[in-house]
Amino acid sequence: MTHEVVLELLNVEAAYGPVRALRGVSLQVRQGRIATVLGSNGAGKTTILRTISGIVDPRKGSVIYKGQDITARDPAWIVRQGLVHVPEGREVFPLLSVRENLLMGAYTRSDRDAVARDMEQVYAYFPILKERAGQDAGLLSGGQQQMLAISRALMARPVLMLLDEPSLGLSPLLTREIFEIIVRINRERGTTILLVEQNANMALNAADDGYVLENGRIVMEDTCAALREKEDIKEFYLGMKDAGVRGERRWKKRKTWR
Amino acid sequence: MSSKRDGKGGAGEVLLSVRNLGVVFGGLRAVDDVSFDVRRGEVFTLIGPNGAGKTTVFNLISRIYQPGSGEIRYQAEGGEVLLTAQPPHKVAALGIARTFQNIELFEHASVLRNLLIGHHTHRESHFWGELLFTPATRRAERRAREAVERIIDFLELQKYRDLMVSGLPYGVRKVVELGRALCARPDLLLLDEPSSGLNVEETDDMAFWIHDIVRELGITVLMVEHDMRLVSRVSDRVLALNQGQVLVSGTPTQVQASAAVVEAYLGSAEDVVSLRRPA
Repeated sequence: MTHEVVLELLNVEAAYGPVRALRGVSLQVRQGRIATVLGSNGAGKTTILRTISGIVDPRKGSVIYKGQDITARDPAWIVRQGLVHVPEGREVFPLLSVRENLLMGAYTRSDRDAVARDMEQVYAYFPILKERAGQDAGLLSGGQQQMLAISRALMARPVLMLLDEPSLGLSPLLTREIFEIIVRINRERGTTILLVEQNANMALNAADDGYVLENGRIVMEDTCAALREKEDIKEFYLGMKDAGVRGERRWKKRKTWR
Repeated sequence: MSSKRDGKGGAGEVLLSVRNLGVVFGGLRAVDDVSFDVRRGEVFTLIGPNGAGKTTVFNLISRIYQPGSGEIRYQAEGGEVLLTAQPPHKVAALGIARTFQNIELFEHASVLRNLLIGHHTHRESHFWGELLFTPATRRAERRAREAVERIIDFLELQKYRDLMVSGLPYGVRKVVELGRALCARPDLLLLDEPSSGLNVEETDDMAFWIHDIVRELGITVLMVEHDMRLVSRVSDRVLALNQGQVLVSGTPTQVQASAAVVEAYLGSAEDVVSLRRPA
């Protein structure tokens, strides 16, 4: 089965002042699939998402979306093309109600009837949001805010959704539930997803294709099924041993990416 | 990172005692008749679903909220104090430091500056000395800087020392916040989800740091955490909360085996295989 490439990064380099965050990243996200990027803190995962959604302008390289060069375009324009970003730490509008937050997600749309239908569909994914529709988003628990952030993105009818650490601060049960919904959104709506996540165990099972990012460079790419079997992935990202990845060993093993 | 803090009361003595604590927010019983003791020298962990009241307990201890009922007692250096009768700004001086779930650092200051602020409760200089920058003040500044540098070494933050907090990745900010709390040289450290945003390898570092904080720095740790692997690895005792109430407490193994905890908190979290796309 072949899948059309929806998003492609070609040798993207990005920096914050003197700090080089991405040192030539190339990756592909294929239509209808879930792709994930693994990597430690500071590897550049969030920067990849920011570069795609136009928040960070790359120094070099290009971002191709549906065959069109969208490098360094205006973020608002990029959203209107169906490319929507769910930021790390949720960033809901705390003083707006749940319903108003959802309507903000649909800001770029003028088809009111379809917006109303999408709102019902979002409430079907997360019934708690319907219960809390009139409440200020700032009063929701962390898990509910994450649900709202994902729902707000859905209200824009995304072709491609960028998800930055959806499990942050969530209980094991809630993390599992959020991932179940992410997978459902992908299967039922055909939404393509690019996912950044520290919970590698969840990410490598929910996603189809995976990339490992280190110090701003992609060091490994494969299907998630293949990545799950690699020794380095098991050791550094899945932490297969009960005593933690390193046991009582405090020094870090050098990663060789066999 | 000097010696163990002996002579400040023996290990095992109750350091923090929470009795029948309760608080109501607009009709919602966020914390409902919660009691527990934290003993000196242990790692005591609160677990529970999102919205169970864990962070609210932290906010009651650090006096951000006023409880509706119950009390908190704390063994300070000078003797027992009724913590719930203390003003919020006294809490740090009593030897209690904390980190926040959503990270509350000074975003537009360097890592070093943020850590120096953590050391503020221990400043030795005074207004006139500061104004004239006397030799005594200079010595005090140097000592403060040395104390902060020890924390930087301990948490391996050297390469971030002069960087602005706002540009740092989430997981690094998490560690900076821990550093700021340690700079206050607390007796009791409250950690709110120390591993969130960290990958498994970085979580291992956190586990080692927590070990060292307890064993080498002699600090007692009260923690809220979701990563059960970290919880079982470092905790002496665990208390599970649900909807503001105590569900069960005991050793990490006992709590994880409890049917109520599995139902309310862990669920089918281990089942990740069913997420995969059918071939």
